[in-house]
Amino acid sequence: MLTLGIDSGSTTTKAVLFDGEKIVKTMLVPTSATPKQSINYLYDQLHNEDVVYTVATGYGRELLERADKKVTEITCHAQGAAFLDPNVRAIVDIGGQDSKAILLDNNLNVIDFLMNDKCAAGTGRFIEVMMRILDEDLQHIDEFVVGKTPANITSMCTVFAETEIVSLLADGVDKGDIALGIINSICRRTSFFARKLNLYGSIFFSGGLANFEIFRKTLEKHVGLPVVTSPMSQYAGAIGAAVIGWRKAQKTR
Amino acid sequence: MELIKTLPDVFEEFSEQRRNSFMSAFEMKEKNIPFVGTFCTYTPTEIIMASGAVPVGLCSFSDETIPDAEQDLPRNLCPLVKSSYGFAKTQKCPYFYFSDLIVGETTCDGKKKMYEMLAEFKDVHVMELPNRQSVEGRKLWKQEVIALKEKLEEKFGVEITEEKVREQVKLSNRNRLALRHFYELMKLDPPPMAGLNLYGVLYGSSFKFNREKAIQEVNALTERIKKEYDEGSRPIPKRPRIMVTGCPIGGNAMKVVKAIEENGGNVVCYENCGGAKSVDELINEEAEDIYQAIADRYLNIGCSVMTPDSNRLKLMGRLLEEYKIDAVVEVVLQACHTYNVESYTIKRFVTEHNLPYMCIETDYSSSDIGQLNTRCAAFIEML
Repeated sequence: MLTLGIDSGSTTTKAVLFDGEKIVKTMLVPTSATPKQSINYLYDQLHNEDVVYTVATGYGRELLERADKKVTEITCHAQGAAFLDPNVRAIVDIGGQDSKAILLDNNLNVIDFLMNDKCAAGTGRFIEVMMRILDEDLQHIDEFVVGKTPANITSMCTVFAETEIVSLLADGVDKGDIALGIINSICRRTSFFARKLNLYGSIFFSGGLANFEIFRKTLEKHVGLPVVTSPMSQYAGAIGAAVIGWRKAQKTR
Repeated sequence: MELIKTLPDVFEEFSEQRRNSFMSAFEMKEKNIPFVGTFCTYTPTEIIMASGAVPVGLCSFSDETIPDAEQDLPRNLCPLVKSSYGFAKTQKCPYFYFSDLIVGETTCDGKKKMYEMLAEFKDVHVMELPNRQSVEGRKLWKQEVIALKEKLEEKFGVEITEEKVREQVKLSNRNRLALRHFYELMKLDPPPMAGLNLYGVLYGSSFKFNREKAIQEVNALTERIKKEYDEGSRPIPKRPRIMVTGCPIGGNAMKVVKAIEENGGNVVCYENCGGAKSVDELINEEAEDIYQAIADRYLNIGCSVMTPDSNRLKLMGRLLEEYKIDAVVEVVLQACHTYNVESYTIKRFVTEHNLPYMCIETDYSSSDIGQLNTRCAAFIEML
């Protein structure tokens, strides 16, 4: 018996199969301009006769009509993070188009959350845009900033930060220093935002950026609490969906 | 009085009342009955009614006129203030057009300064609302109530006798009681109607210019709903019971209520303007000094422009119990400093009652509907 969780995010769509104990399969595709196609594609790829329950989440969750249930990414992220590390009491997720902070109680239930969905600064999109200006590949960011001193990026807005970076480049500032400055800026902003919740315990860092050690380390420095992540963190929403699906399936049996 | 129509039709009629009353306003104007436009719950409408004029709430809940308003006003200003000004400037609000006088109050900074600009289009009378519900504040506010009376007497060439004022106080109290009995139906679990319908009736009833008839209609509606509920009708399923608080809502801002109800919650109580905040308290009809009684009643309103705003917490605390609230959603209109800052106190207050709280900052645009749905759904999943 398996359950399927699919997370339709703004940048990537992720899906996992869960057997009640572990994740047995994962898949990730770009969401692109056709979120409906992406979410249905993953469903077709992964759904088989062993799958008893499917939960869709993410901003495109309504686009999968064949899902048994649709649950918001807040609840799914929380359950996914708690599955990956039962010691976490808060989740900071930097997504493609928004960022969120979620607070859990000791029973791993969501008790409060915040979403920053008004502004691209402080989201994955911000770093994407900036790396494009620097003409560097985000995938190599960890190596790229080794031994660098962060440049000071003060603009609060993606568009203005872009202008600021262009002038830094014109002044001959090292690209690695600028990149580290950008990382600092995004992590500082995220920590201001997350600290509006009464954070305690360790914080689970999810979203695409959590794959890079430099983001985890910088965020930890700004939040002042241990920040943990998992190689599976990008799948946290999909995992949470599959875990919730598993509980639903147990109940209906 | 008995209702002939079905409940959905009655709800529909109430929610369309603002539009439907354009014609009756026009006819009343033809008969030389003056109109006085108002923007705020602090306006002592009894005085206006005692002058023989009709008080009417002016349009302020749509983004339609905001681009016009932004030609004169800063962009990062509260949408309610911008919308109000825009409707006035473009003459798109028929009630503004019909108004012989506009009454405003020195409530928030945005409104206060906007009224100065409004005075270029209309005769505007601004009442000086104190910031505190203190002895001095009560004294000042009573003077302002009397100043309004004098302004109306001069404007319309009438004499406002104490007898007329007392008569209108009684009528308004009956209106408040009718509305209160109506919204108290929401104490039932499951509630007998959707929160959207509840608001539609509260808002719509203020545009029924024959107050006596409005009271009868609201009472008849209450009786009908009660009767159908007693007979077993349950139009709304049992779901988490949500209180809405914060800035005045209505029009486009009702998207928040829609998002709550479409994602699994029942809005059973409005603490904000249009709901309990503006209706709950009665005026002491027997008071020796009726002007002081009117002043006291209005000044007691727990709006975030007051400092400290302890009456808001008092009312909220009572409503949380009476309506068996499961969670509170606060709506803050963008750039409304007083409600935005006060949301810190409200969050703490609600949390101390062991209830979940969520604050939504929004405006009149539809750009955040997707995010609103996610937030509300996640909040209700949490309950």
